[in-house]
Amino acid sequence: MRKALQRIYLVFIFVLLYAPILTLIILSFNASKTRAKWGGWTAKWYVSLFQNSAIMDALYNTLIIAVLSATIATLLGLTAALSLNSMRRRSRTIILGVINIPMLNAEIVTGISLMLVFIALGNFLTQFGYTIQFGFWTVLIGHITFNLPYVVLSIMPKLKQLNRSTYEAALDLGASPMRAFFRVVLPDIMPGVFSGFLLAFTLSLDDFVITHFVKGPGFETLSTKIYTEVRKGIKPEMYALSTLLFVSVLVLLLIVNVKPKEKNK
Amino acid sequence: MNKKKNPLLSGPYLVWTAAFIIIPLILIVYYGLTSSEGTFTWANIMEIATPENRKALWLALLLSVISTALCLIMAYPLAMILSNLKFNATGLIVMIFIIPMWMNFLLRTLAWQTLLEKNGIINMVLKFLHLPALNIINTPYAIVLGMVYNFLPFMLLPIYNSLVKMDRNVINAARDLGAGEFQTFTKIILPLSLPGVISGITMVFVPSLTTFVISDLLGGSKILLIGNVIEQKFKQGSNWNVGSGLSLVLMVFILISMAIMQKYDKDGEGAAF
Repeated sequence: MRKALQRIYLVFIFVLLYAPILTLIILSFNASKTRAKWGGWTAKWYVSLFQNSAIMDALYNTLIIAVLSATIATLLGLTAALSLNSMRRRSRTIILGVINIPMLNAEIVTGISLMLVFIALGNFLTQFGYTIQFGFWTVLIGHITFNLPYVVLSIMPKLKQLNRSTYEAALDLGASPMRAFFRVVLPDIMPGVFSGFLLAFTLSLDDFVITHFVKGPGFETLSTKIYTEVRKGIKPEMYALSTLLFVSVLVLLLIVNVKPKEKNK
Repeated sequence: MNKKKNPLLSGPYLVWTAAFIIIPLILIVYYGLTSSEGTFTWANIMEIATPENRKALWLALLLSVISTALCLIMAYPLAMILSNLKFNATGLIVMIFIIPMWMNFLLRTLAWQTLLEKNGIINMVLKFLHLPALNIINTPYAIVLGMVYNFLPFMLLPIYNSLVKMDRNVINAARDLGAGEFQTFTKIILPLSLPGVISGITMVFVPSLTTFVISDLLGGSKILLIGNVIEQKFKQGSNWNVGSGLSLVLMVFILISMAIMQKYDKDGEGAAF
């Protein structure tokens, strides 16, 4: 009886989480142009998607921002985690607290504050004849900033678990600090680095609020493009593209997770 | 590693945090406390007292408290069921809750429109079962549903983590000493999982309180939360000073909830990741 109840509850939560996703996948095969009407099955949106240059541009921007921001945030977060790890407890708590602000603060406040800083910087630079254009660079900086705490949080626990003696042993055996880091420390914390990167990539891909405030006119990611389409009605190609992205990531995650199972943990 | 400070290592991220985290926050405070001519004023913060803004703040507080409570009620039993699974399901659970995030957040939330509409899928099912129709689209109820749907994982993961880390022997000891199931829960399991619960509450409460997207998509753009008011000040009205002033008011609530979290969760035990 208890087992049955638990099972029903799990199914209920699962339906709650995945019903919208299933709805979107079905809508991507809807022959009718509006989501309010069902016009029979079709795959035409999957073809016309690739001829829609506006959507393809937004996809390109989204992916390039996600890859770059996740990479840079991972590198920056790695240096932050390494230097925080060798700090005294007090300064570590303070700096970690500051790094965590974009994670704990409201997204809207982070977005607004970044927008204000870019405007202030632009005003400052006009004195020297430069201008700041809201677009690719401002969005990239915004994404790196909110990705940073997640990367640091993924790497820090792995660094704490690390056995310091192995690093010292490598130094004793004549390895340079650089070589000891790359051969001994980095392989040990790699799972944390990797999950930090993946998390940063996912968050960047899905972000709307911060992008909404720091993007300029003319620069669109998939999220901001969807937001402007909400009033006019979402183009069916958008459902098709999301379905493609979702399925390809699902397949990718399954491959990644099936292989190195015994290696992590 | 080495105890010596390496400026090459700590330089870049310290500059980054100063330039893009600290200075931006100082700018919000500056804009919030000055008039458009640049003189000091409390007027932007007092804007919160106008009837529309007060209503928006009140509604946002009400809806976010309700959805945080709902998330807690739903996530706690779920976390208990999942933590009692025989095999180590951590990877699987994280996957199940992270995978929906690969479908765009806006589209996921919009899909609820299709599900909730008058002739939507849920009402078709209800009609088939001869149950009364559900008319909650464009009402605060739909906004609460959207919040719970989007933020449930933020409640589940910290609670699940604190339950999994719990020493089973403590629970067994309580049972051996004659505690009933209910007593074991209230005296042992619940107090030990409190850091996770507190962290889950802040992680759901802050985004629900400050959202403008969910209310925009599911509230039919007639229901304004404080997030919507601030967003309009920046994106439509270009009244940055008032917008920043209202953001400062919002940040007071965020700071209160962070202070509570800090008090209960000193070692970051309830961290979600």
